[in-house]
Amino acid sequence: MKITDKFILLFLRLITYAIVLVIGYILFDIIRNGASALNWQFVSNFPRRSGAAGGILPAIVGTLYLVVGTIAVSLPLGIGGAIYLAEYADQGRFNTLIRLAIVTLAGVPSIVFGLFGLGIFVLFCGFGPSILAGSLTLACMILPTIIVASEESLRAVPKGFRDASLALGATKWEMIRTNILPYSMSGMITGSILGIGRAAGETAPILLTVAAFYLPRLPKSVFDQVMALPYHLYILATQHPEAERIRHMQYGTALILLLLVLGLSLGAILIRTHFRKKFRW
Amino acid sequence: MVEQSIYPQDQKMVITTDQVSFFYGLTQALFGISLLIPAQQVTALIGPSGCGKSTFLRCLNRMNDTIPHSRVEGEILINLKDIYAPGTDVVELRKEVGMVFQKSNPFPKSIFDNVAYGPRIHGEKNPKRLAEIVEQSLQQAAIWDEVKDRLQANAMGLSGGQQQRLCIARALAVGPKILLMDEPASALDPKATMRIEDLIGELRTNYTIVIVTHNMQQAARVSDYTAFFYEGRLIECDATTRIFTNPRQKQTEDYITGRFG
Amino acid sequence: MPKHMQHDIDKLKAKIIAMGEAVEDRVYQATLSVINRDPDKATAVIKGDREIDDMEVEIEEDCLKILALYQPVAIDLRFIVAALKINSDLERIGDLAVNIAERGLFLAGQEQFAIPFDLSAMVSLAEKMVTQSIDSLINHDVRLAHQIRAADDTMDAMNREMYAQLKGMLTTDTEHVNNLLHVLSVGRHLERIADHATNIAEDVIYLVDAQIIRHTPELYDE
Repeated sequence: MKITDKFILLFLRLITYAIVLVIGYILFDIIRNGASALNWQFVSNFPRRSGAAGGILPAIVGTLYLVVGTIAVSLPLGIGGAIYLAEYADQGRFNTLIRLAIVTLAGVPSIVFGLFGLGIFVLFCGFGPSILAGSLTLACMILPTIIVASEESLRAVPKGFRDASLALGATKWEMIRTNILPYSMSGMITGSILGIGRAAGETAPILLTVAAFYLPRLPKSVFDQVMALPYHLYILATQHPEAERIRHMQYGTALILLLLVLGLSLGAILIRTHFRKKFRW
Repeated sequence: MVEQSIYPQDQKMVITTDQVSFFYGLTQALFGISLLIPAQQVTALIGPSGCGKSTFLRCLNRMNDTIPHSRVEGEILINLKDIYAPGTDVVELRKEVGMVFQKSNPFPKSIFDNVAYGPRIHGEKNPKRLAEIVEQSLQQAAIWDEVKDRLQANAMGLSGGQQQRLCIARALAVGPKILLMDEPASALDPKATMRIEDLIGELRTNYTIVIVTHNMQQAARVSDYTAFFYEGRLIECDATTRIFTNPRQKQTEDYITGRFG
Repeated sequence: MPKHMQHDIDKLKAKIIAMGEAVEDRVYQATLSVINRDPDKATAVIKGDREIDDMEVEIEEDCLKILALYQPVAIDLRFIVAALKINSDLERIGDLAVNIAERGLFLAGQEQFAIPFDLSAMVSLAEKMVTQSIDSLINHDVRLAHQIRAADDTMDAMNREMYAQLKGMLTTDTEHVNNLLHVLSVGRHLERIADHATNIAEDVIYLVDAQIIRHTPELYDE
């Protein structure tokens, strides 16, 4: 059925190009409208006139702090959980339940996470709106992604490595540490790349747990609130009285956020490449 | 089931198994295996697929522990110690009893690091000592000459036969006295197979070897004693020449002449 | 076992049986030619030896082929080894039949001469032993094989008796010395034929029981 084959090929090509086009257009639009706002003042100054002028330095710093905090919490938890599920847990009904819970968690809307974070971290734990509460909330949100990606990469390590290690007299943890973790590292980092993207860009979870529209100073401790790029963008675009006239500020913020996420992802990719080269298998 | 009389009077036994049964959950895979493994001889375990020979082999270094819901009954004594006694140090056991697998599984590290992995895990840090151990092990595995100039090269770059000999060197590096081999040559071409068989012949003088094999000609070529397993039971064990010229059990004869299995 | 191997082994068995029957027939014809002084029969046997030799070569080649291709073990291996040895014994029996026929040819050319010794007993025993040795092979009949070994003793005894009788006659009947010597030869050939039949029987015992009993008759006599 050569005709069908050709048709399918064409169809798939079209879809792919369409996706690329859409993404391309979005990028183009943001760059076109935001490039004019980009200058050194923009990234190094505090906002003035409620964000209509000045810069977005505190939002940049705030987003960075949040990303770092989120990764710091979610990576160990996620990888630890994945190791338990892949290597130690009984592969029975309880395990299936846990997996179900993880998958369900992945589908929970981000505003629900925000509410959850508000209830548990801000109020119950008493952290108040803070980097701590925000990071913990975001961590909960990206945990499923990290666990799933990490577990997959652990399972991908061939059984032969495990058998050989054990047969040589390694204990279970020694086997995992020396012969499985190094080789699943790159997969785990991939998971965290995806997590970074989400953590940096989500508005709803940070809305209720950490974000402030204007802070005169940069944060000094984890209990401080911060400004954040997504939230800043949201307010500028919807709540600001001069919203119509400060399009360039909005787009500039979006562009910076984009560049930030790209930069972080690139960093993670470089780390992953290093691991891939070192522990090729 | 196996009489001591098939062995010479002064033959020392290094492994004694008595009525060993093995269960995967509710399924029984081995039924009362009583087998002796003589020291510094090669004992081959043969039988059709699924007859339990690999399962039995893996009981000897407790690799079956990794299988959930598995249970062993009966007694396995290695050097007169019950290896399933509570409180047995499995790590020590696996230093005494090494294993080589069917599909060669070198680690994606350098050749040196592969062989040094075992000693390092057991605490050897001295680089000079490690280098000695690595060289000795590679020599014993008859692969030293081929790799001595590229010890830092990645082990995955070796051919299949070389990888398997590397795995043997790796197993020898921890200093076992007993070597378990689960179809070590089944994934190799005839020339590489022959080298492995020659190697087994050389290792025999210093090690006790138990080898599981599908290939009866290989069992005939390589082993001193052969044990025939069928459906989880030990049917017959005898000197290899006897098994292949005039076995006692009809089932054994039917299997080795290819009338079934 | 592989189908080809079974097929080849069956073909080999058939060839050995055929050779056995051919050799039996040669012995029968050769001894008849002596008793009846029939030169035609004798000539036929002598000419027919070529066929026996060809069969022997063919069987040997078949055995080698099976060994090389199939690496048989246990009973299959013992069968091939037994086949090789039996093959050689049958060929020797064939040669001995020719030798007898040559004596027959000679005696036919002489004037009527009464064979003083009852050769027919030895003849029929020899024939019976050859036939039975092939039977024991076909049927894996170890009891029959042991009987053949026992019969060899009888043959030896008959041979010794013939020898004693003829020796006596040689001193009295000097006219027919040549003939007597030929008759003596025939007796000796028959005794050798019996030995080869016994070998075949021992090979059958090896095949079935995996015992090599060639050189230790005392241990295994029933």
